Amino acid sequence: MHGMSASTAAVVSEHDSAVVPQARPFVELDNVSLSFGGEQGLLALDRVSIEVSEREFVAVVGPSGCGKSTLMKLVTGLLPPSSGTVAVDGKMVTGPIKCVGMAFQNSTLMPWRTTLNNVMLPLEIVQPFKRERRQRRDEHRARAERLLDLVGLGGFGAKYPWQLSGGMQQRANLCRALVHEPKLLMLDEPFAALDAFTREELWIIMQNLWLRQQFSSVLVTHDLREAVFLADTVYVLSKRPGRVIFRKRINLPRPRSIAGSFEAGFVSIVHELRDKIVEARS
Amino acid sequence: MTPARRKRLQYQLMPYVLTLVLLLLWEAINRLTHISSVILPAPSEIFGTLMREHALIAEHALHTFVTSMIGFGLGVVTGVLIGFATGISPAIYSGIYPLLVAFNAIPKVALLPLFVLWAGIGAVPAVLTALTLAFFPIAVNVATGLATIEPEMEDLMRSLGARRDEILIKVGIPRAMPFLFASLKIAISLAFVGTVISETVASNDGIGFLMMAASSRFDVPLVFAGLFVIAVMAVAAYGVCSLVEERVVHWAFHARG
Repeated sequence: MHGMSASTAAVVSEHDSAVVPQARPFVELDNVSLSFGGEQGLLALDRVSIEVSEREFVAVVGPSGCGKSTLMKLVTGLLPPSSGTVAVDGKMVTGPIKCVGMAFQNSTLMPWRTTLNNVMLPLEIVQPFKRERRQRRDEHRARAERLLDLVGLGGFGAKYPWQLSGGMQQRANLCRALVHEPKLLMLDEPFAALDAFTREELWIIMQNLWLRQQFSSVLVTHDLREAVFLADTVYVLSKRPGRVIFRKRINLPRPRSIAGSFEAGFVSIVHELRDKIVEARS
Repeated sequence: MTPARRKRLQYQLMPYVLTLVLLLLWEAINRLTHISSVILPAPSEIFGTLMREHALIAEHALHTFVTSMIGFGLGVVTGVLIGFATGISPAIYSGIYPLLVAFNAIPKVALLPLFVLWAGIGAVPAVLTALTLAFFPIAVNVATGLATIEPEMEDLMRSLGARRDEILIKVGIPRAMPFLFASLKIAISLAFVGTVISETVASNDGIGFLMMAASSRFDVPLVFAGLFVIAVMAVAAYGVCSLVEERVVHWAFHARG
């Protein structure tokens, strides 16, 4: 119907060979389509298949309007797919899944809570933390403070989010997304609104958090350097309706550095991805 | 004192200075043109009346104040209840909201004959008029605060596994607080409007009645004295609401922009 060609599948499989055989997929999207407004409605995603292994960092890039953010909602069960299946941790996703961390471009920190209390929010909602929150209040507080320390926000816990800069807000946002130690972190362009230098700072922080806490992550972005810097695997989506047109394994050693992102190996990958996006836009 | 602080103090004093200047101007015009005090009494004359009749004025002012506060209090209760129900349920919202807007379009003075018919003259129709004027901005604001939670905030809460009531308690209600307090300032002013309107036509007590009675005796300085007192009360009530607002939802004053 929408002319997904055989060549698309060929492109995907060409680069599939390098997949690490380490583990079963933690997140598995199998031929997922989504249309808004019923059968005849607007098709946002067209037979998308994406796999995220345990502890794998996956980035999804594509031209704007390719349904990247829709993908986030599908994985977390906030939206049901029109066809195809979504499975997380071996279980089919039928409603909002629990124990996932989320961070958006807009930090959505609550202005009526201090930074520390914002970070502790998931501990008031997610089990078993919620059950234990009275007995273990000090422990929970220490956990949130440790995370804030880790992202360089030690001592800022008592400040309100509106007293922090944009970059600091996003750091607090990452802390909130990770404080309950979710097995899956979903990032929807969390660094897009920051200036270039702050953004690079945040990449380093993000990488450190990931190396330390070891969770699966899906990052949606339109910044190719960001995708290559952070991800183990990058998926390129076409323009609407979004289809996976390319998949790239990033085998650069970790931890990666900003300086390294200007070296030939890194840059050539960025160019390769860029060519695919240009193709996808035309 | 730093120049910045001096400047801020200057700005804070400006309205008082301007009020004083206007009063002096008024006094000067009166003295120069010899306008009859039955048309426009001079500020000095009004002030004299205020001093002379202070016991009478205080008694009626207290009546107006208490009546307004009862109307305001009932307005807050009904406004919050209706706003809450409207804000949390799209079904109730779609049903009630148009009715609220329609009700608000009715001039409340037009309801007064009914209130008098049901309750006779006195404080009751005044309370009812204050209530019907005051509850509307509260209901609309509370409903708006609850109904306009950012979709991303809601996604975040749902992805943590939050139930609907948890989203309401942790996001909806705190978020609606600045909306509520902003509406209280408007509502308290409207409560005074309602009370005084009712008192001018259907009461034997209160500032509204006092002014009406004074004007029928051509005691125009007393009319102005009443006007002055009601103005001071309404401004003071607004100020108190404003102070409480700054204390309770201080974050809302910084969070924007």
